[in-house]
Amino acid sequence: MRFGVVVFPGSNCDSDTFFVLKEVLGQDTTFLWHKDHDLKNVDCIVLPGGFSYGDYLRSGAIAKFSPLMQEVGEFAAKGGTVLGICNGFQVLLELGLLPGAMLRNTNLKFLCEFVHVRVENAQTRFSHKAKPGQVLRIPIAHFDGNYFASSELLRKLEKSNQVVFRYVDENGEATAEANVNGSAANIAGLINKEGNVMGLMPHPERASEALLGSTDGRVIFKSIIEKLEHD
Amino acid sequence: MKVRILVSFKESVLDPQGQTVKNALHTLGYHFIKDVRQGKVFEIELKDISKAEAEKVIPEIADKVLANPIIEKFSWQVLKEEERAR
Repeated sequence: MRFGVVVFPGSNCDSDTFFVLKEVLGQDTTFLWHKDHDLKNVDCIVLPGGFSYGDYLRSGAIAKFSPLMQEVGEFAAKGGTVLGICNGFQVLLELGLLPGAMLRNTNLKFLCEFVHVRVENAQTRFSHKAKPGQVLRIPIAHFDGNYFASSELLRKLEKSNQVVFRYVDENGEATAEANVNGSAANIAGLINKEGNVMGLMPHPERASEALLGSTDGRVIFKSIIEKLEHD
Repeated sequence: MKVRILVSFKESVLDPQGQTVKNALHTLGYHFIKDVRQGKVFEIELKDISKAEAEKVIPEIADKVLANPIIEKFSWQVLKEEERAR
């Protein structure tokens, strides 16, 4: 199977993501340039973290008009696997591939720190290698990670198990203190109804090597690999 | 023709930046300030387009690009001659 890591002007986690997929996990991985229309026959597209187009207008708002994103939209509509990390998550929200929107962190600070997230749904192609309720330690690095959804949408998301990760404390409790950016219902990651598109604010590619302090992020990539190799 | 488009958060959305500005104004003694909402202003110059066409296309642009309808609302106006000259 083959991974494609999208590169926008301003992406800055593209090389880290590429390194983890190719060197750490030994996967066939290629970069996908935002101006191209060629998805190079990849099986999974990763929209990496960073500041695409300098976060101008709104985070992810300009990236959604990139030529490549039209192809990504069609790829997703056909059931292709798409993972958005941090800025990638913001792009997926702006594109409407995932519901809701991002607001500035409630404390108005750029947050760059390790957080704990709990696996709320371990039956997705992105999380099936984790145990339900497992707490992962993965870093975040963002200004606009305060997830917003109307109360009606939140009800729908909970009902259809679309919340995949929630900010929790180290004991796995979804407290207000653990909700560092002020997200609705402590939401750190969610999946679309069809189950093929997921976005999350924490950076699993920064938690995939012991040298960097945590390997908890690997479970996400390993879930995808096992699922797609199995299919 | 020049138009001004104002994008701001919907009432249902918390605006932490506006809150912080309000708190700063309170610190300065302006206690009569009840609320502050922060937004964005776009001034767009148009060419070869009638006012009727602009009325159709500006809301389209605002909805598609300038504002995120999930969290933001917009209003717009055509700028008068003297404002354009400035």
